[in-house]
Amino acid sequence: MTDLSRRRLLTGSASLIGAGFLGGCDAPALSRLATPYDWSNGLTFAVQRWLLRRQPLVREFGPEAISAVFPTINTTDPDDPGYRTSKLVGFTDWKLPVTGLVERPGAFSLADLKAMPARTQITLHSCEQGWSAIAGWTGVPLAHLLAHVGLKPEARFIVMRSVDGWWDSYDLFDALHPQTILAYGMNGGDLPIAHGAPLRLRVERQLGYKSLKYLTRIEAVERVDGFGKGRGSMVAELGFPWYAGI
Amino acid sequence: MGAGPKTGSTVFRHPAWLRLTHWVNAAAFLVLLVSGIAILLALPRLFWGETGANDAPAWIELPLPVNVEQTGWGRNLHFLAAWILVINGLAYLLLILASGHLRRSLVPDRDQLSAGHLAREVGDHLRLEKARGKEALRYNALQKFAYLGVVLILFPLMVLSGLTMSPGFTTAFPELFILFGGRQSARTIHFLAASLLVLFLLVHVLQVFIGGAGNLLRSMITGRFTIPSEKER
Repeated sequence: MTDLSRRRLLTGSASLIGAGFLGGCDAPALSRLATPYDWSNGLTFAVQRWLLRRQPLVREFGPEAISAVFPTINTTDPDDPGYRTSKLVGFTDWKLPVTGLVERPGAFSLADLKAMPARTQITLHSCEQGWSAIAGWTGVPLAHLLAHVGLKPEARFIVMRSVDGWWDSYDLFDALHPQTILAYGMNGGDLPIAHGAPLRLRVERQLGYKSLKYLTRIEAVERVDGFGKGRGSMVAELGFPWYAGI
Repeated sequence: MGAGPKTGSTVFRHPAWLRLTHWVNAAAFLVLLVSGIAILLALPRLFWGETGANDAPAWIELPLPVNVEQTGWGRNLHFLAAWILVINGLAYLLLILASGHLRRSLVPDRDQLSAGHLAREVGDHLRLEKARGKEALRYNALQKFAYLGVVLILFPLMVLSGLTMSPGFTTAFPELFILFGGRQSARTIHFLAASLLVLFLLVHVLQVFIGGAGNLLRSMITGRFTIPSEKER
């Protein structure tokens, strides 16, 4: 009940303005304004949050638009021992723990996730390196999974971890967007290893580096400044903004 | 024109807001150029349509070294300078409209549009002849066309094609994809318009030297301009 009312509150069109801005001030994009880059990237974040305050969807394409070439970068075949053994059994032993500020923490198998309502979307993936490609993604909306485990009212951010050590965080404005999905399928088939099997995130309104591959854990938290160097994501420590809407 | 200032005399030519926005824009543009090249090196290939990648067929492969390590600082610096350029540019556009500078100084005067006048200007440009006397107090017609093209076409095109590469901005304004014909088309147009701006910059600086670098630079820094004397013909 708590989770459903909270979700309704957050996905209601008027209160999303509040979610965008109230969540926004705690967000890593605005919480630390030390350098000129923090200011310009923070300005980009604030302006885009205002422009997207009604939570529009990104364009979706028909199957004919799917790209023949979809590059794979960074990790394309994790060498983590646990991952390797799991891969051998088709990820049947794989589980996704969902923890933190949730009413009913749990661990979900691929079969559990596939039994949940699915969403398929054919979208344009834009990489900070300049390339772009179109693919179809099938998965469970993150908003559904979070409603299923019952997000606590004090939860403000969702932290995601990848098997290759990559981690990132998302505020509820993005986490609860209908096109933010946990994808287990690509272009009508299973999600390939190189694209993040068994499960990857799709955050369609930001650059590709926010769409984490090889998910291992989801955690709901109130603040993200205790993670890593406190900048909200691993890439932020490498000089790439936490918010990647441009 | 009547009895204007005499040749050889010094006049106050450019208002402070014009000089300020000029140099802020110049600095922001140079930073955008350098950081833009840093970003381009990650994929020095250009495409038309929505998609494009290393293994996809390209329209043009630029003869540049590939380097994917420069996008972190490149993008941060690019968007910092872009914000400065956009805010400065909006202030400039507002001021040229409000002050009448656009109508008075940038739109060609009626007499400048006659075939004879334009032919004489083309001849002067080809002979690298500088403007003298009262003609030096207004921009020539070719100069006005170039400025109007840069201010009203190329810079807006740069900003809009740049924003078409932003996944967040295009979610709010998907019409941009239709305007440019896709994300990679916008990227290609961004590159082509930037190339034209670099060409403009080169000619602009060359013209400053032809017209008298000391005098013209001073007029854009302090506002004071000495009218070059008429040449004996």
